[in-house]
Amino acid sequence: MTSSSSAHGVPDSTPHGVEVLGEADIARAMTRISYEIVERNKGVSDLVVLGIPTRGVFLARRLAARLAAIDPSCDPDAILGVLDVTMYRDDLRHQPPRTIGYTQPPAVGIDGKTVVLVDDVLFSGRTIRAALDAVKDLGRPQAVQLATLVDRGHRQLPIRPDYVGKNLPTSLAERVSVRLVEHDSLDGVYISGGAQ
Amino acid sequence: MTHYVIRNVAPYGEERCDLLLRDGLIAEIGKPFSLDGEQAVEIDASTLLALPGLVDLHTHLREPGREDAETIRSGTRAAALGGFTSVFAMANTTPVQDTAGVVEQVARIGQEAGWVDVHPVGAVSVGLEGKQLAELGAMAQSAAQVRVFSDDGKCVDDPVLMRRALEYVKAFDGVVAQHAQEPRLTQESQMNEGVVSAEIGLAGWPAVAEESIIARDVLLAEHVGSRVHVLHVSTAGSVEIVRWAKSRGIAVTAEVTPHHLSLTDEEARSYNPIFKVNPPLRTQADVDAVRAGLADGTIDVVGTDHAPHPVEDKECEWAAAAFGMTGLETALPIVHSTMVLSGLMSWRDVARVMSQVPAHIARIDSGPYAQGRPLAVGEPANVVLYDPHGTVTVDAKTQATMSANSPFDGHVLPGRVVATFLRGRATVLDGVPQDRQVSGTTAVAGGVS
Amino acid sequence: MKHLLSTRDLSLEQAVTILDTTARMAATQEREMKKLPTLRGRTVVNLFFEDSTRTRISFETAAKRLSADVINFSAKGSSVSKGESLKDTALTLKAMGADAVVVRHHASGAANFLAQPGLVDVPVINAGDGTHQHPTQALLDAFTIRRHLADPLNPACGGPLPPFDSGLGTDLAGRRIAIVGDVLHSRVARSNVALLATLGAQVTLVAPPTLVPVGVETWPCEVSYDFTRTLRTWQPDAVMMLRVQRERMSASGGGFFPSPAEYSRQYGLDAQRLGLLPDHAIVLHPGPMNRGLEISAQAADSDRSVIVEQVGNGVAVRMAVLYLLLASDQVAGSSSTLS
Repeated sequence: MTSSSSAHGVPDSTPHGVEVLGEADIARAMTRISYEIVERNKGVSDLVVLGIPTRGVFLARRLAARLAAIDPSCDPDAILGVLDVTMYRDDLRHQPPRTIGYTQPPAVGIDGKTVVLVDDVLFSGRTIRAALDAVKDLGRPQAVQLATLVDRGHRQLPIRPDYVGKNLPTSLAERVSVRLVEHDSLDGVYISGGAQ
Repeated sequence: MTHYVIRNVAPYGEERCDLLLRDGLIAEIGKPFSLDGEQAVEIDASTLLALPGLVDLHTHLREPGREDAETIRSGTRAAALGGFTSVFAMANTTPVQDTAGVVEQVARIGQEAGWVDVHPVGAVSVGLEGKQLAELGAMAQSAAQVRVFSDDGKCVDDPVLMRRALEYVKAFDGVVAQHAQEPRLTQESQMNEGVVSAEIGLAGWPAVAEESIIARDVLLAEHVGSRVHVLHVSTAGSVEIVRWAKSRGIAVTAEVTPHHLSLTDEEARSYNPIFKVNPPLRTQADVDAVRAGLADGTIDVVGTDHAPHPVEDKECEWAAAAFGMTGLETALPIVHSTMVLSGLMSWRDVARVMSQVPAHIARIDSGPYAQGRPLAVGEPANVVLYDPHGTVTVDAKTQATMSANSPFDGHVLPGRVVATFLRGRATVLDGVPQDRQVSGTTAVAGGVS
Repeated sequence: MKHLLSTRDLSLEQAVTILDTTARMAATQEREMKKLPTLRGRTVVNLFFEDSTRTRISFETAAKRLSADVINFSAKGSSVSKGESLKDTALTLKAMGADAVVVRHHASGAANFLAQPGLVDVPVINAGDGTHQHPTQALLDAFTIRRHLADPLNPACGGPLPPFDSGLGTDLAGRRIAIVGDVLHSRVARSNVALLATLGAQVTLVAPPTLVPVGVETWPCEVSYDFTRTLRTWQPDAVMMLRVQRERMSASGGGFFPSPAEYSRQYGLDAQRLGLLPDHAIVLHPGPMNRGLEISAQAADSDRSVIVEQVGNGVAVRMAVLYLLLASDQVAGSSSTLS
């Protein structure tokens, strides 16, 4: 999920603000995370990857492909899933009605698997809290891990990522935007707003 | 008795002059005159017009029986505020006004209230049940001297009973006022049958249910040589039938209500039962037709069909709500806006359809208590002063009627009744009702001896 | 987002949003764990003045699957003229802290009455009012039709059911739907005509003239008195049979048709008429069916029949409506409001 808190609304100088990660940076980060996942889990067997809409889904697909490249016995389509957390959110009352996305458990299921949740930006942790509830309703995994492209801090819940593409210290007034070619026609992470 | 000199007023909205009301009569009309030391209250009427006191052939005063909706006192006070000097109290009370005793009681209470002359309407059939003629002769000969008979609220649908009633009242020059509603075609009906009813799913009330009865009744009246009066004509077809009947020389008269001159069935889309009325509000084409009919004389009179209901009978789902709307206090402004401002009628025409002809139909237009007389020297001083340039924002809750079911609540209506005089006594001055200081000393309702 | 009183109030965008949300809800109901936490702590009151076990259970299931508390308030038997008024019932519900009221009532406009400001002041969902509207029924019908007809190449009949998100984001442009039976007294027909027209479908009403309302000429549909001819020449993609109440032929309000046998011959969906349908066409019925009157057993049980599926979709569509009306306290812009 793209996180946002541009309370002060300083206009962007570029369409997305200042670039903090480029296309190559993102690719390197995803590759590194995939190796960390393999190392930590001692292989790819019993791993599934669940992307959180919108951009977490594309990142999850990239991760699954990299995992399959590391271990050719792994079918990237079979371990990839989509987890929409809208109906598990705790802030529904205070926002305009949200469109519900689709949830697609991986073909191999999640019971007894190690689930790697994938999101683009980790911020308050509330999305991940909702995701943990949603996972619980889909089945009973052996373990749940969390991968994020950007961790911008300001956690409101005791949640920490297992795999991070880049730690990005931000102020609450700043906005972090992730752009992925599958959705936005280019790859990049941008920061905008805040006191400059 | 206080005398009034009304300065610079426009009778019938025409040339301005002064009017002197003395001893219950219009004593003088003419150029500004001096009073020669006579004691009189002077009223500056230089922005006002004068009309003869209005006569409503169609009022539901609800007493006896439904004093939670209206009493004779509250309803007649509302009538005075609306510019009326005479109202006809419909027979559908509890007990029904179907005996000499009940009609005399209504007349007596009306007389004691003193706001307007109250003429009870007698029921055509016992208990309004449409089976057996009520004692029409006894009511006619009673102190109330009933001349108008109606089962209003219900149709005299039995053709034989209708024929007998039409014939019987000839003996005392009475008239049967028919509520034209074919009952089988209107079982459970809720609103005009048409585009709107189809859409919003309320049971339809076809125009033909009204028109078929009117057609039958004018033919019956022709056959037996009687007069017949058609209440609250609401459809274009009804106007056509009455027009045809008049062209044949049939003694038919017809009434339209202010709400059928102004509102359509589109109002039902809100499901607000304030707009639930019998007969139902019809289409714009029907509204145009009844206006044209009133303007060309096909429709003879405007009657309010003032039908007060307590809040709980209107604050509910449409099907459960009562039929009817109040109208005494808004009738003249509605006729003003729909007929005069539209250029269809003059103020003299208004006097004709709201005073002169209704009084004539009911045969109360002669004698010392005559109503509906012209504004002329020597006539009873039944006068309403009306400010055609004023406006009133209708607030149903503060109206004089006890009930709040005005369909015009919140509307800004043109014109304002400023004063009403009943045989020279002011019942309303400056738009404020004038309670009688001493009761029982003034002239009494027509016919009660 | 305030109330769901009539399908006439829905824009195309709103209607498609509800159908898409229904698809998501339906998918969750395939899981072992069907309950979602979305409306935890909310209270939905089912206010039923008419007996309708199926509709009440459907709403109750929908609310419970979303973790809302459900209070069933059955007011059947309390007559209109006696007992508690609808207004007092409404004020009682408000005092109980209802967050939404689902109302079924024999009077047209009853839901509109409850929705007026100052009464319950929470979302009102019309679960059928007199002969006016039954919007969730129309929505579930439209959802069922979209699911089956989204891919015209997919012969839906007999094969596996299409996925719930078949047709996601789309309307029903160009689809031909025949609605057959007692249109005059049918809130289902009124709701469907309006919704299907909004969704771009072509609708033909098929009924004896006595069961077509005066004033139908302004409706966005055609009217046919000849069922066989409509099937043969118009080739509808879906046929929706309406329930015919046997008492309609009794004489109290004038018999609307001479006999059940004659009705069945002229307007019933039997095996022969079923055979006139194009291969992909489906058959719907809002239930409960009068087998042998408006629909024969062969038609009801055929591969084309989606009648049982409609029931399941009913829960999903009611979940969607409850979600869209209740989940957020904020009234959104026009794009996602219902009315």
